[in-house]
Amino acid sequence: MKIIVCVKQVPDTSGKVAVNPDGTLNRASMAAITNPDDLNAVEAALALKEQTGAEVVVVSMGPPPAEGMLREIIARGADRAVLVSGREFGGSDTYATSQILASAISKIGVESEDIVMCGRQAIDGDTAQVGPQIAEKLGLPQVSYAAEIKKDGDTLTIKRMLEDGYMTIKVKTPCLITCIKELNTPRYMSVDGIFECYSKPYEVFDYNTLKDDPLIDPTTIGLKGSPTNILTSFTPPQKGAGMMLEGADKETCEKLAGILAAKHII
Amino acid sequence: MSTFNNTDLAAFKDVWVFCEQRQGVMMPTSYELISEGRKLADELGVELCGLLLGDNVEGLAKELGGYGADKVILCESPLLKEYTTDGYTKVICDVIEEYKPEIMLIGATNIGRDLGPRCAARLHTGLCADCTHLDVDMDIYRDFLRSASTLPEEKIAGLNSAMVLGQKHDVSRDLKMTRPAFGGHLMASIICPRFRPAMATVRPGVMKKAPFDQAKADACQIVKPNFSLTEADMSTQVVEVVKAAKKLVDLIGADVVVSVGRGISKDVQGGIKLAEELAEVLGGVVGGSRATIDSGWLSADHQVGQTGKTVHPKIYVALGISGAIQHKAGMQDSECIIAVNKNETAPIFEIADYGICGDLFKVTPMLIDAIKAAKAAK
Repeated sequence: MKIIVCVKQVPDTSGKVAVNPDGTLNRASMAAITNPDDLNAVEAALALKEQTGAEVVVVSMGPPPAEGMLREIIARGADRAVLVSGREFGGSDTYATSQILASAISKIGVESEDIVMCGRQAIDGDTAQVGPQIAEKLGLPQVSYAAEIKKDGDTLTIKRMLEDGYMTIKVKTPCLITCIKELNTPRYMSVDGIFECYSKPYEVFDYNTLKDDPLIDPTTIGLKGSPTNILTSFTPPQKGAGMMLEGADKETCEKLAGILAAKHII
Repeated sequence: MSTFNNTDLAAFKDVWVFCEQRQGVMMPTSYELISEGRKLADELGVELCGLLLGDNVEGLAKELGGYGADKVILCESPLLKEYTTDGYTKVICDVIEEYKPEIMLIGATNIGRDLGPRCAARLHTGLCADCTHLDVDMDIYRDFLRSASTLPEEKIAGLNSAMVLGQKHDVSRDLKMTRPAFGGHLMASIICPRFRPAMATVRPGVMKKAPFDQAKADACQIVKPNFSLTEADMSTQVVEVVKAAKKLVDLIGADVVVSVGRGISKDVQGGIKLAEELAEVLGGVVGGSRATIDSGWLSADHQVGQTGKTVHPKIYVALGISGAIQHKAGMQDSECIIAVNKNETAPIFEIADYGICGDLFKVTPMLIDAIKAAKAAK
């Protein structure tokens, strides 16, 4: 049994973010981190590995420096890593990205007892599209927003969160699951893991590795294979600052309440 | 079935809205999307069609007409009673291939965000996630950019085409789908120029619901297409659907939201209690920043921001919230923003209509008293 986990290296958007004058993001100014939801997917895979002895394979599409992130995930307990990287893949939207990742996952091989796991969404785009689209391209059933996963033989029972509650879903392997942070608390790298992470198998899949897959075609990957195009990107204007009230006492509060009442806001 | 060629753009027309229902109750976002879809259909001069799937849900169909749908395509089956990715994707893709809508809108709920990408991948078309603004008409789109962007006028005025596969493509009939990216730091307008339908999931709470019109509801036509769906088409099994025991906060529908942030850390329970009292006086509900949810002080349904909910209440009170961009993305369109924060350089003051620099634990009780008194004096 094998669990293939998809991860992405993303700019940390929670801190200070610099935008270039042309409206694009100044990525150089931001730290690169492993997408938070993906770490929940890694943890879920490692927990299942402890239960079943499954092999955990971590796969990412990105530029060569993403190797560091993949080595860190090996140090957390994954068995091997695959980086999907190539100039031909650049400019891919979610559709083209799923196409490429689905091809890489087929190359790794999805057998009847295997599971593919993803984070719910990545913090740079917040789209939550790549997981379900990989599932469609591989013809696998999907369960998204997983908050609990129980495995019994080839059947998984998954608590799938909704805004107003949850569904309990049963699905058989092979399948794809997208994970949310409520699922678990990701473990840290272990000392042994850090020592071993550069001796574990690490492969790079480039265009030549994948080009014989019917999913990979110049018209289905990269910029040319992306159904969506960016028409324009821009920064929103700052809403103008309003009125700073003087002081912070009873009088200040009464003044504010008076203004709100006079303007019929309250 | 007719042949489906998703690049024959001229073969596609009409605007469709997937109208999500759960347990026979329409999701509010379906009405928002029908109202928004009406505008787009009028800009294109085509019909607006609701797409409703379920079991015994015909009673919900006509009401969609009251918000602007010309017709509703209704697919009913016991196998569609609960949402399943496989069942809904198959039926939706089959009817799309048959009727060929130009635009397909889906609410960006936990279900819409599961369904949309799966359908787009099967149909081989583009999907833009979590949109906050949609336009077809270029003049209306340019006006939107003038008010919502910092782009210079010459750039906005000259915007009428995009380079697509090295060729200049006229975007005047394309759906312009605008969404935040990078935690709200950037906005992008996306088009799907080569394939149809152009698909978008839309953030719940962002589009405004139109007034209900009974005459239009009565006139709404219901279409029941033939479709096939068997248990063999479905690879997941819904064992149960459980509603949250506790009543969830309706942040999106609230007129007043009083939110708390990291500033309550020295007395979490006390801070939440103050926010609840102020919310009660103002007739609103309590929200929270990402920090309060990540710390477990409030449940996830309270979260306002890019990764939480987008709200635009009449009054938004921010207590002890610094105003990170990811929070501002979810509340900056509120009509009146009141901020209380100890730090006078907190970014929240840059967008607040009224700011008080002080300790929320001292200011809030006084504010509650002052508002009570002001209301009593009216």
